[in-house]
Amino acid sequence: MISIKNLHAEVEGKPILRGVDLEIPDGEVHAIMGPNGSGKSTLASILAGREEYEVTQGSVTYKGQELLEMDPDERACEGVFLGFQYPVEIPGVSNLYLLRAALNARRKYHGEPEIDAVDFMQMAQEKIDHVGMSMEMAKRGVNEDFSGGEKKRNEIFQMLMLEPNLAILDETDSGLDIDALKVVSDGINRLRSPERSVVLVTHYKRLLEHCVPDRIHVLYQGQIVRSGGPELADTLEAEGYANLETDEAAATS
Amino acid sequence: MAAHEQDVEQLVAEREYEAGFVTDLESDTVAPGLDEDVIRFISSKKEEPQWMLDWRLEAFRQWKQMKMPKWPHLHYPPIDFQKISYYSAPKSAADKPKSLDEVDPKLLETYEKLGIPLREQEMLAGVEGAQYPTSGSNVAVDAVFDSVSVATTFKDKLADAGVIFCSISEAIREYPELVKKHLGTVVPRGDNFFAGLNSAVFTDGSFVYIPKGVRCPMELSTYFRINAENTGQFERTLIVAEEGSHVSYLEGCTAPQRDENQLHAAVVELVAEDDAEIKYSTVQNWYPGDENGKGGIYNFVTKRGDCRGDRSKISWTQVETGSAITWKYPSCVLNGDNSVGEFYSVAVTRGMQQADTGTKMIHVGKNTKSTIIAKGISAARGEQAYRGLVKILPSATNARNFTQCDSLLIGDKCGAHTFPYVESKNSTAKLEHEATTSKIGEDQMFYCLQRGLSEEDAVSLIVNGFCKDVFKELPMEFAVEAQKLLNVTLENAVG
Repeated sequence: MISIKNLHAEVEGKPILRGVDLEIPDGEVHAIMGPNGSGKSTLASILAGREEYEVTQGSVTYKGQELLEMDPDERACEGVFLGFQYPVEIPGVSNLYLLRAALNARRKYHGEPEIDAVDFMQMAQEKIDHVGMSMEMAKRGVNEDFSGGEKKRNEIFQMLMLEPNLAILDETDSGLDIDALKVVSDGINRLRSPERSVVLVTHYKRLLEHCVPDRIHVLYQGQIVRSGGPELADTLEAEGYANLETDEAAATS
Repeated sequence: MAAHEQDVEQLVAEREYEAGFVTDLESDTVAPGLDEDVIRFISSKKEEPQWMLDWRLEAFRQWKQMKMPKWPHLHYPPIDFQKISYYSAPKSAADKPKSLDEVDPKLLETYEKLGIPLREQEMLAGVEGAQYPTSGSNVAVDAVFDSVSVATTFKDKLADAGVIFCSISEAIREYPELVKKHLGTVVPRGDNFFAGLNSAVFTDGSFVYIPKGVRCPMELSTYFRINAENTGQFERTLIVAEEGSHVSYLEGCTAPQRDENQLHAAVVELVAEDDAEIKYSTVQNWYPGDENGKGGIYNFVTKRGDCRGDRSKISWTQVETGSAITWKYPSCVLNGDNSVGEFYSVAVTRGMQQADTGTKMIHVGKNTKSTIIAKGISAARGEQAYRGLVKILPSATNARNFTQCDSLLIGDKCGAHTFPYVESKNSTAKLEHEATTSKIGEDQMFYCLQRGLSEEDAVSLIVNGFCKDVFKELPMEFAVEAQKLLNVTLENAVG
């Protein structure tokens, strides 16, 4: 699905990523963990095409295409979805309106006709039930006056509607109560299929208990320092990130 | 600013200047200049009664004592009122583009995007020989209705209801008592410099009269008005709603209109008697000039409604995207007890456009209520000022006002300024004011792009959301057009 090679990036001259290598095959769910400031959100933003990061070295291939050459909207239309850590509010624009515009942008990109209004509403109703949101909320302004948890549910709702090939969820689990966490992980599990891949950027093991990843990678000081199976989450929980520096050599294996 | 100066000069140069006052009866155009003879000429051309001429002459005398206002947050070279021709109907052929080839290509591009047929493009661009459809119906209409039949059924329907809807010139001839009773009662001749000028030289405009208890059976649009063409640069509109009547009036056109008359100074007067309601909606999209502001319209408008009767209501809704310069404050004088005034506005400035616009709500009667929602959008080098006055007189017990003015900036070379004035002389008044200025956020843009929207679609989505509170006040078809207009207007505004 996606192949990241020796990715270096900086913001305002300050290096953040210092040679990230990562392969995510089709149909797999990978988690990226690591302490604050290790570059997790930067990596997620770069994959989605945010401009304030400057890629200084390396390459990213997505479905055989040079991802870094593509505009953010083009990436989205090609199936890249970013679940935002802090979703913005867009007053006066309803969630449904944005979603319909987004779906139609994709369809236009692929040379398909616009989605029928009735089909759209049926689809929205179905997915909305999956995330425990109400139609009334979906009709409100994008994230307008939503609580933190509601914003995250809304991200998952959008993800389910847009059916991306590569979903990157940037700390979608942080600040969620148990019920919301279950909604989010159910949503991710629902999306799992042989042709979709998911990247979970997270601090916490608890999401990974509901939503067991194929691989876990530890990002530390801008590099992947350790990779392993789901059991790695237990090790990290027991030992913390403190002794990672000494393990750096293991990462290249 | 040199571009503007040159522009005025060129405008003058393009007219065949003839020394002294010469009337060329064949072309029906008077030479530049303004004196009592010009006013007599206009009045006689319009076959006006003596009282109307006297009224104009008095306006002219007052105007001569007045000075152009200096307070607006606008910059333009001084206008020489002696270099303007005050009567030119039909428009003189020499000033008109010979074909669309001579029209600003950017303007034509906009027509294309709005999907306007070629013949109407010519008409809007003021191309020589271009004709309005026979009934005088315009773009928004004849796509939906057959123009001739509509004009007929429409006239019959209005006549059945007793509604008068005609040009102001016709009204002066056919309904002199009505005009005489109301003209200048809301905007007096000496009200301000531009209103004074308009009173002296107005050439045409609309007249609407809704009799007691009548709910006007359809929305009245300038599109429909017979002989809507050549309303000219000094338009005068008078709408009278008698007791318990109701009318919704639509003015303007979403397609940018070109006009060789650079200076426009319109006056609109609304009168609402007891329990009457007037809803006045405007989409103004005069040619803003090319990228350097050259050729744009200067639009100085006085619009005022008098809620004369108890429980009357006047509501102004406007979408302003055109003109090089806009100076406009649709206002309500709330004389009647329990009367209501509303102002909903979206104003867009881009390129070199400047706008100083807002409203005045004058509370006189008891329990009067006013609402102001003003949304300003500035892009490129656009400059915009919101200027609003809320005045509570001692007699206005329990008056209430809610004001919200929001500015949205696109890019970092534009400006937004807010000048709210509040004068309250009654301690029972309740006033609320909210103001925000925001930039289209990088975060909002990126969010939309990440969902797959193009940059242009993202801007239009965010802007339309910003304007929603105003658009929902517009009649449906108008709202749809206004949105489309806004999208076209703000294309390429980012990046």
